[in-house]
Amino acid sequence: MSLTKTERTIIVSMWAKISTQADTIGTETLERLFLSYPQTKTYFPHFDLHPGSAQLRAHGSKVVAAVGDAAKSIDNIGAALSKLSELHAYILRVDPVNFKLLSHCLLVTLAARFPADFTAEAHAAWDKFLSVVSSVLTEKYR
Amino acid sequence: MSNFTAEDKAAITSLWAKVNVEDAGGETLGRLLVVYPWTQRFFDSFGSLSSPSAIMGNPKVKAHGAKVLTSLGEAIKNLDDLKGTFGQLSELHCDKLHVDPENFRLLGNVLVTVLAVHHGKEFTPEVQASWQKMVAGVASALGSRYH
Repeated sequence: MSLTKTERTIIVSMWAKISTQADTIGTETLERLFLSYPQTKTYFPHFDLHPGSAQLRAHGSKVVAAVGDAAKSIDNIGAALSKLSELHAYILRVDPVNFKLLSHCLLVTLAARFPADFTAEAHAAWDKFLSVVSSVLTEKYR
Repeated sequence: MSNFTAEDKAAITSLWAKVNVEDAGGETLGRLLVVYPWTQRFFDSFGSLSSPSAIMGNPKVKAHGAKVLTSLGEAIKNLDDLKGTFGQLSELHCDKLHVDPENFRLLGNVLVTVLAVHHGKEFTPEVQASWQKMVAGVASALGSRYH
């Protein structure tokens, strides 16, 4: 699965808008994830997961920054996320099903914050883009 | 499957009261067909689905979307017995329509996204969690009589 030129344009232009709210978007995404899918908390026994926690904010920033890295290198996401891919495969070993859950929560966050931009076409582009990111992050799993 | 707390029911019913079922239905089904094009396999008789704008403007998509969401509205009145409410529809989707239940999960998540688009800040993480329970319950109920 590979992104078309149009899809890349949509992602890159929306990213420019999104990046100004990157940190809060990350925090909100994780809050949505942990509330809707409580089983995902099993990966964070070492975290204070209360809304507003410093760890949640820091981790949310990290996640969205990585999405941003992928958007900035959208022609070669594999290369941009290579280290992260190894981290997930060898250290974190997050079950692949969870990437879909996180992606969905990020989409919902974007939809709520940028309703005018989140057209059906943009929705499709983002869903596909996050799917590509997820594939890259799980490609070294086995 | 899922037990709906009083908070869940309040979150679901209060948001639902603000939903324009026709518009939301058309938008939800339309987005399903745009974002997951393979779902178009069930709608050969719907005419042009050749582009996002063709899909979102297609009157058959809008009408069918409204039908689907109206049915969901019925579910919301019967949150404690989703399996009972959707028993016959489950048989229909299995025996006549031959729809893979995975599609119910996809549609449910598209609906959640549409609610986020239209309700923004009001669609808090807590409200979303209640709605995820809701769409998961519906998907499960619709798949419950498959054989």
